[in-house]
Amino acid sequence: MIHSLFLINNAGDLFLEKHWKSVVSRSVCDYFFEAREKAVEPDNVPPVIRTPHHYLINIYREKIFFVSVIQTEVPPLFVIEFLHRVAETFQDYFGECSETTIKDNMVIVYELLEEMLDNGFPLATESNILKELIRPPTILRSMVNTITGSSNVGDTLPTGQLSTIPWRRAGVKYTNNEAYFDVVEEIDAILDKSGTTVFAEIQGVIDACVKLSGMPDLTLSFMNPRLLDDVSFHPCVRYKRWESERVISFIPPDGNFQLMSYHISAQNLVAIPIYVKQNISFFETGPSGRLDITVGPKQTMGKTVECLVVTVHMPKVVLSASLNATQGTYNYDPVTKILVWDIGKLNPQKLPNLKGSLSLQSGAPKPEENPSLNIDLKIQQLAISGLKVNRLDMYGEKYKPFKGVKYVTKAGKFQVRT
Amino acid sequence: MSASSAFSDEKGGSASEPEYGHDPASGGIFSSDYKRHDDLKEMLDSNKDSLKLEAMKRIVAMIARGKNASDLFPAVVKNVACKNIEVKKLVYVYLVRYAEEQQDLALLSISTFQRGLKDPNQLIRASALRVLSSIRVTIIVPIMMLAIKEAASDMSPYVRKTAAHAIPKLHSLDPEQKDQLIEVIEKLLADKTTLVAGSVVMAFEEVCPDRIDLIHKNYRKLCNLLIDVEEWGQVVIINMLTRYARTQFLNPNINESLLEESSDKAFYASDDEEDEDKKAEVATLAKRKPYVMDPDHRLLLRNTKPLLQSRNAAVVMAVAQLYFHLAPKAEVGIIAKALVRLMRSHSEVQYVVLQNVATMTIKRRGMFEPYLKSFYIRSTDPTQIKILKLEVLTNLANETNISTILREFQTYIKSMDKDFVAASIQAIGRCATNIGEVRDTCLNGLVQLLSNRDELVVAESVVVIKKLLQMQPEQHSDIIKHMAKLIDNIQVPMARASILWLIGEYCEHVPKIAPDVLRKMAKTFNNEEDIVKLQIINLAAKLYLTNSKQTKLLTQYVLNLAKYDQNYDIRDRARFIRQLIVPTDKSGALNKYAKKLFLALKPAPILESPFKDRDHFQLGSLSHLLNAKAGGYQELPDWPESAPDPSVRNVEIPEWSKCTSRKDRKEKKVEKPFYSDSEGESGPTESADSESDTGSGSESASASDESGSGSESEESGEETESEEEEEDEEKEKKRKKRLDKTKAKKPAEESAESEQSSGTEDRKRGRKAVKNQKSASESESESESSESEDESEEEESEEESESDTDIRKKKTPVSKQPPKQSKKESKKETQEMSLLDLDDFEPAPASAPVTPVNFLSSSLVSDLEGLSLTDTILAPTTIAPSGLIKMYELLHRITGEGLAVEYCFSRQPFSPEPNMVAVQIQFTNNTNSETKNLHIEEPRMQSGMRIREFAEIDMLAAGESVTVVMGIDFCDSTQAANFQLCTHTRKFFVSIQPPVGELMTPAFLTENDFKKEQGKLMGMNEISEKLTLGEKCVNEHVIVERVTATANLSRVPCGSDKECSIPPPPPSAPVYRFAGKTVSSGCLVLVTVTTKEGGAAQLTVNCEKMVIGTMLVKDMMQALSQ
Repeated sequence: MIHSLFLINNAGDLFLEKHWKSVVSRSVCDYFFEAREKAVEPDNVPPVIRTPHHYLINIYREKIFFVSVIQTEVPPLFVIEFLHRVAETFQDYFGECSETTIKDNMVIVYELLEEMLDNGFPLATESNILKELIRPPTILRSMVNTITGSSNVGDTLPTGQLSTIPWRRAGVKYTNNEAYFDVVEEIDAILDKSGTTVFAEIQGVIDACVKLSGMPDLTLSFMNPRLLDDVSFHPCVRYKRWESERVISFIPPDGNFQLMSYHISAQNLVAIPIYVKQNISFFETGPSGRLDITVGPKQTMGKTVECLVVTVHMPKVVLSASLNATQGTYNYDPVTKILVWDIGKLNPQKLPNLKGSLSLQSGAPKPEENPSLNIDLKIQQLAISGLKVNRLDMYGEKYKPFKGVKYVTKAGKFQVRT
Repeated sequence: MSASSAFSDEKGGSASEPEYGHDPASGGIFSSDYKRHDDLKEMLDSNKDSLKLEAMKRIVAMIARGKNASDLFPAVVKNVACKNIEVKKLVYVYLVRYAEEQQDLALLSISTFQRGLKDPNQLIRASALRVLSSIRVTIIVPIMMLAIKEAASDMSPYVRKTAAHAIPKLHSLDPEQKDQLIEVIEKLLADKTTLVAGSVVMAFEEVCPDRIDLIHKNYRKLCNLLIDVEEWGQVVIINMLTRYARTQFLNPNINESLLEESSDKAFYASDDEEDEDKKAEVATLAKRKPYVMDPDHRLLLRNTKPLLQSRNAAVVMAVAQLYFHLAPKAEVGIIAKALVRLMRSHSEVQYVVLQNVATMTIKRRGMFEPYLKSFYIRSTDPTQIKILKLEVLTNLANETNISTILREFQTYIKSMDKDFVAASIQAIGRCATNIGEVRDTCLNGLVQLLSNRDELVVAESVVVIKKLLQMQPEQHSDIIKHMAKLIDNIQVPMARASILWLIGEYCEHVPKIAPDVLRKMAKTFNNEEDIVKLQIINLAAKLYLTNSKQTKLLTQYVLNLAKYDQNYDIRDRARFIRQLIVPTDKSGALNKYAKKLFLALKPAPILESPFKDRDHFQLGSLSHLLNAKAGGYQELPDWPESAPDPSVRNVEIPEWSKCTSRKDRKEKKVEKPFYSDSEGESGPTESADSESDTGSGSESASASDESGSGSESEESGEETESEEEEEDEEKEKKRKKRLDKTKAKKPAEESAESEQSSGTEDRKRGRKAVKNQKSASESESESESSESEDESEEEESEEESESDTDIRKKKTPVSKQPPKQSKKESKKETQEMSLLDLDDFEPAPASAPVTPVNFLSSSLVSDLEGLSLTDTILAPTTIAPSGLIKMYELLHRITGEGLAVEYCFSRQPFSPEPNMVAVQIQFTNNTNSETKNLHIEEPRMQSGMRIREFAEIDMLAAGESVTVVMGIDFCDSTQAANFQLCTHTRKFFVSIQPPVGELMTPAFLTENDFKKEQGKLMGMNEISEKLTLGEKCVNEHVIVERVTATANLSRVPCGSDKECSIPPPPPSAPVYRFAGKTVSSGCLVLVTVTTKEGGAAQLTVNCEKMVIGTMLVKDMMQALSQ
């Protein structure tokens, strides 16, 4: 299936290669470079590139291109999903998935890749299994290792590999048994010029951090499970219990994981927490434009909107901006043409406003389109959909775990057209 | 990216080397300094593990960066037997990388692996096999073959998995071994562990994808294991099963697709109704047999469905394509939601999903219409995503949503991304061609774009306008004039060419401007692009033919210029046209046809989606994405004409007595499917809050498991298989009888299943208990199950002779059953007739006797009917006057925790509200305790539908039954009514879906009235089909009975008034008429059956509601042709 993998950074350096079958010359990447050049933006590189003898399937993550070489028919999503899993594993192991960390941990990366694929077919991708095979680096361990010469490689077969619960290892022990759940909801919305909602939906995830001893069997139930329109689960969740009873029953993996993600569709009414009044205009005469943006609270359910940021991708002809913000700071980058206004906390008494003029390149025609605004925000202790966790029960173990649920609402792809 | 060339050479990337924090010594020195390599060799030779490890790490880092480290081979290979496991692993990495280049030296390491293969530790066995098979050295092929064969029968499933992985490796190394490898694959396919399943199917796909026959015996097992297989294996298995199903089952949509083709399009007012039609999966035309889905086909669909909820996009996509290719149309819809969810994922995932959605939207537009807004485009999307979304939006456009879509498009046109703007304009063009209503609006919008400042936008608009104008040029001569003016400014060749072509084509509409344009073009001819030049010649020729007086000289001038053009195409064209249009004495016969040739009416172009017909590639595949066959792509076969023998999938009694070793059994234990509660009817009582209940249930179940002599995992697979089958039978009501035996077996299985669903702790406890009292286990299980499932006792004892002594026999596979069927059948009948014990009468199968009327002899029918009447003593006397009442199951006794609910359509008018359908519901309490407060809650209905609930039943004593009547206004649709059935403890979600025939009440008409009404319902309201009557439909009585059984209609008395005026019709062609009206809106439904000689007949249904008519025709056809 997957023949080889090349890691290439944004500047075009090929800094790691791994082959699972016979070696494919790295010159195959020339086709990739060609496509990369044509695409201008890194996210416009087609995920599948055809070359005379191979197919290149690539993903772009954390400023690194993961380019895999395929020779025969394989579902493209299979490869893409796997490459993302590789990136996630790196992130899990090294805290971040960047060129530097990969280079610093070259050997572990190589060992990981060796375990994750056998002959190009995924072998062990569960992070729990991998961590038993190859221990993640910690400062302490690397010190010990350099002194004693002992290794990062485990010498027993991970129990998970053999059980039907591959995501959990046996014999977990904690002194403090705790289970935390974060309900994170993101609002995806498109608002039009007049402020009416063109499209809005909620994407939610429940992230869990479960540190429980033994083999706990957890059941999470909601006050209002009917809200959830479409769900996807971590493999540990029993589908049928969900279908028949609308509860989430699972034996959790150890540590951090994403329990489920859900979708509340556009059919339901989605509360939009803020409104934006904007007026951006460019004038034919005189190289200038005017910008006036005000943000105010709309349906916040009595909570405070925090971390409010407005980002505007300006047209190419905008040279600079001289603006005045009543709250927060703004910054216009003339190279990327991005205007960022970091507002912070939204004060309903005194609405933040950004006003001023834009100067355009002289001689250039005025831009056809007004730029759209991308909004970022955060509301603590609120799930905007109204989803509420009812209770968490644990079976199978004797101790009393400490439980906690946290709600956060964020703006996802929240866009205001102008 | 200009640096790209620098990286293609081998020495590239040296700039990044000093960043190697991990091994400080390596900094930038390595490049070609082999003193450094000497250093490494020294370290490898030392006897300190830490030095070796350091050296190996540096070597691996070299490999990772693509440096050549092959000269270290001898030094490294020596360490293959090193004790330190990390050194060993790194040596393996090195070995696998370079063995191919250093074959002789590589052989030195082989003996180590051979020793490893015999190691008692399964991890070492597996890794030895893994490395051994990864070494691409042809000499060791026989060794590899032996190792694989041995590992394939290893005790450890992990080693067997590794063996499966090794198969494709060996195959690619030496294809000669294929036959032997297929044998190994066959063996491993029979493996019952989830761990092996994915890997062996992958090997199958790579080595022998065409040997579909190997799958037969393992098909059901694979389906059942699927949910527990790891995600990557799931993808491979699902893709393979899609192909398998295409060769083994019949097309579930065959009747629908033919129906659509047969010009019946007008029936369908909207897509929703169309879907409704499809729900009735029955045949329409007489020559076709009614379609019955193979239970195995259903099994596959059912077992893959939950995987739509997987977090892995590849799994979701695999299930989606399976449903798209295999499911009946009505069921395909469920994948839309999941696919839309994937759109939130990474942009690469979005890209692939959108490609597939684009293909799907062409065939099944309705599926994605509700999610239209999810495809709206954000300014921050990458261009390639934008363009794909645009494609989907265009495909989804129809009369109802076009206005919103066009409004969206309007904002897109203003985007800064010019490629995207061009694509939007084309999309508008396509919408305009497909939807006539908006053509003018679109055209006006596009004309406005002509004054856009951006030339690309203008050019694209011109091209699209040209295509649109071709559809109705007469009305738009002003647009053509406007475009003629543009030619002075537009520079884009394609746009110029389009304008010229337009003017030439419609020169008669703009007689004054055309010659002037030609004059201008003649002036600039030499500077134009080739494509424009060709169009200038074209324009000249056309003008010459229509208006030679004004343009003769100009044409000749242009042709002369073209004659000496550099491009030979243009020279050729000029020569050709000159010969054709300019009359000379030599010119041939074609001359007089010149006008016809040039000014023929051209068909308007059809703007098609580039995704049209892409679905001949399996969706989700690489080939589909590229729209070209990729290497190793397996064609998705067409559906077979007739179904191959389904019995090939039946499995013989497995011989599992072999594995008796203690250890083996232990391993098996762990492999028990985690999700086995997924078999549909899980016992909800088993949730851990009711401890006592669970305890006993699990105990009994695992007791019986244990007694199965340690082969329980195999057997449980077996069990579920047969169980699946049963459910199918039950649901589809296609098989005549249920088997007495399997029924009896059911409770036991059920508890076994629910046991697995309960927590692991319970399981363990249960097991412990079993170990303590193993000797008594058998009887224990017996007694306990009878305790909990009272009503099963009778049957249990019935077949005690078999089941009691040997439980394995009880699990006889289905294949063995058919011969016994008849015997059992009769046995059951007699039993039921003699014992009028209520407990004995199992509610679930009670639906069986009533099922297909025609299969049972009439006497038997009446017997059973009588029985069911005695059974429902408490029932009010509202029993339908004629024919049989078909009972449907609302809540199975297992799901309902002892409460069984059935319903039937009593065909009585519902007195409180006459426009409701009366539904008679029968509750049977099979538990030991009384059930209280039975009532209905939270009806969830389609708009307009209403429910009139029955009065709450305060108490239902144990073992008793009660019947109530409720009314449902279905609004003349076959949509299901969903509601909750509540007891004092539990709530059950149930739904009632009416057959179309139950949506009407008899209407009494005379023949004259009938004909009069029929005359009013002609044309689209009349559906007429020819059919062949079934063998039993010989006399009037049977036909009338069949029709009235299918639909609640009354017979129209015939002939009485006719006799006086016209002689009666010849007896050979009797006509039967039936009339009724729909319950909720009172529309007339008229059915006419005209029989002809030789069993042929014609069925005519007249009904204002076309959907009802169509569905009724389907049902009638099926009833009459049996």
